[in-house]
Amino acid sequence: MERRAIFSAKVGFLFLAPALAFVAVFLLYPFVRVFLLSFTNQTLLGTTAPNPEWVGFDNYRRLFDFDRWMRLGEFGSALKITTQFVIGSALIGQVGLGLLIAWAFYRKKGVLRETVYTLVIMAWIIPETVVAFTWVAFLDRDFGTLNALLDAVGLGQPDWLFKHPLESIILFNSWRGAAFSLLLFSSALETIPPSYIETAEVAGANAWQKFRDIFFPLLRGHILTDLILITLWTFNVFTPFLLTGGGPARRTELVSIYTYRTAFHGQHEFGKGGAIAVVMMLINFALALVYLSLIRRRRVHG
Amino acid sequence: MNRYRIRTTTSRALLLVFAFIMSAFFALPLLWLLTAPFSTQANLAVKIPETPSLANFEAVFRNKFAIRALFQNNLIIGGGVMVLVASVATLASYGLSRTRVPGRDVLVYILILFSSVVSGTAAMVPLFLLIFNLGLIDTYLGVILVMTGGLLPSGIFIMRDFVDSIPRSYEEAALVAGASSFRMFRDVAFPLVRPGVMVVAIWAFVNAWGAFLIPSVLLRSPEHMPASIAFYSFYTEAGTPNLTLVSAYAFLYTIPVLLLYLIVNWRFGFRFFGGIKS
Repeated sequence: MERRAIFSAKVGFLFLAPALAFVAVFLLYPFVRVFLLSFTNQTLLGTTAPNPEWVGFDNYRRLFDFDRWMRLGEFGSALKITTQFVIGSALIGQVGLGLLIAWAFYRKKGVLRETVYTLVIMAWIIPETVVAFTWVAFLDRDFGTLNALLDAVGLGQPDWLFKHPLESIILFNSWRGAAFSLLLFSSALETIPPSYIETAEVAGANAWQKFRDIFFPLLRGHILTDLILITLWTFNVFTPFLLTGGGPARRTELVSIYTYRTAFHGQHEFGKGGAIAVVMMLINFALALVYLSLIRRRRVHG
Repeated sequence: MNRYRIRTTTSRALLLVFAFIMSAFFALPLLWLLTAPFSTQANLAVKIPETPSLANFEAVFRNKFAIRALFQNNLIIGGGVMVLVASVATLASYGLSRTRVPGRDVLVYILILFSSVVSGTAAMVPLFLLIFNLGLIDTYLGVILVMTGGLLPSGIFIMRDFVDSIPRSYEEAALVAGASSFRMFRDVAFPLVRPGVMVVAIWAFVNAWGAFLIPSVLLRSPEHMPASIAFYSFYTEAGTPNLTLVSAYAFLYTIPVLLLYLIVNWRFGFRFFGGIKS
């Protein structure tokens, strides 16, 4: 059905103008600017601050210096850590947990559901500096709650943030962001007509068959949308810095933290930081296109 | 009565176990925030203090720097972002909803994706230079503008559902009666979308309230720092945090967020706003 227009395109544009201005100045302009920046040797301080020089592909050559790029603290290592982090905490952790919880409480009401939902949302909305502190406490080797529990069942007291730092931030980020997927999936589940489920139940379908044959095909679009957003957000997330500072020995240095260290610490190398940003954005674009093509394919095949 | 299959005791027990495990996973990392602020000698352990005390809060309130960060800087930044995001997003989603824009759903979707690509530290590099060139480094305005730019696409997305759900007949009647477009928006449409404006406003405020990266890059002087950074005033010179004071400050910093959550949950039900059409 065609929506009726209430007013003309000209008036509509006036309503949209402030938003367009923000998008142009704070999204489009930085996006273009960062490409130009990545070909210069701009820094924050020193002689190259006021008069940056054009250096061609130098910054990119330094990023892709394959003799050293997989060493800890280099670009290749940051990319590898980020990939593990995204697969572990976004795809398995957040999307998996969100789907699992939403499905477990589908068509259920009451105190169990309210309790779990409230706790998941708390983890999501409490300020990031605060949850970083509570997680440092939670994971502490000697006093932490996690090790107190593990010790009680005889599993020892591993030093999480020093011996297993990547696993720690993956667990942390799964905990932190599961709420978005949970809320998205639980409102998507509400759109499934109850008659579908009832028919399947009458036919004797078990839980797994219902999930595979009804939920999954109907929610595929929502799952893909959720996957795109969660993947991009996790790729860019900076919060683990507050937990580990990228350490120990740069073993949790995600690309976002690597960028921060390059552009906003030490030498403040904006040119090189710009080159990293360009590569990150290109990877993000590629990921978004892959997911979008999967969504399109579903439409083509009905 | 028998519309739904009677659940077996097994599946009920399974759900109970599942709910217990999930509650534990999501609650245990936060327990420290409930015990440590009230203990005079807190460490990283979760231990209910034998004699609960408010002494930590007294000490926190004596730290003028941290208190100004929380009750002044955070309110200015959060308030500014809240007003800008809510008003600009409301106008934009209303304009989108009431004009014939071809492919507007796709447009909003692409905007969300684009803002997710141009975000985080990658976007901070050019944004820092932009704010630097505008002469807005170390100002609240610079922080507010950058945060608004980042939150706006999602704000429009959330708002869209509210605007689309209000009936058009009142607006059409107002136009027939001779009201101008802007008067009609102000007097007829705006009161109807007010719940949506509130949800977007609170969402934007909570986001700005907790932000760390943007202020830490764009602000310089201690007196402008928000609470997320003022935590460092509870560190010793050797760089170790005074945990009793950190926990008390974290507690104070978290309360407004929880209160706003309760308000939204009570008024509207905390759910996914902006239904994603697949």
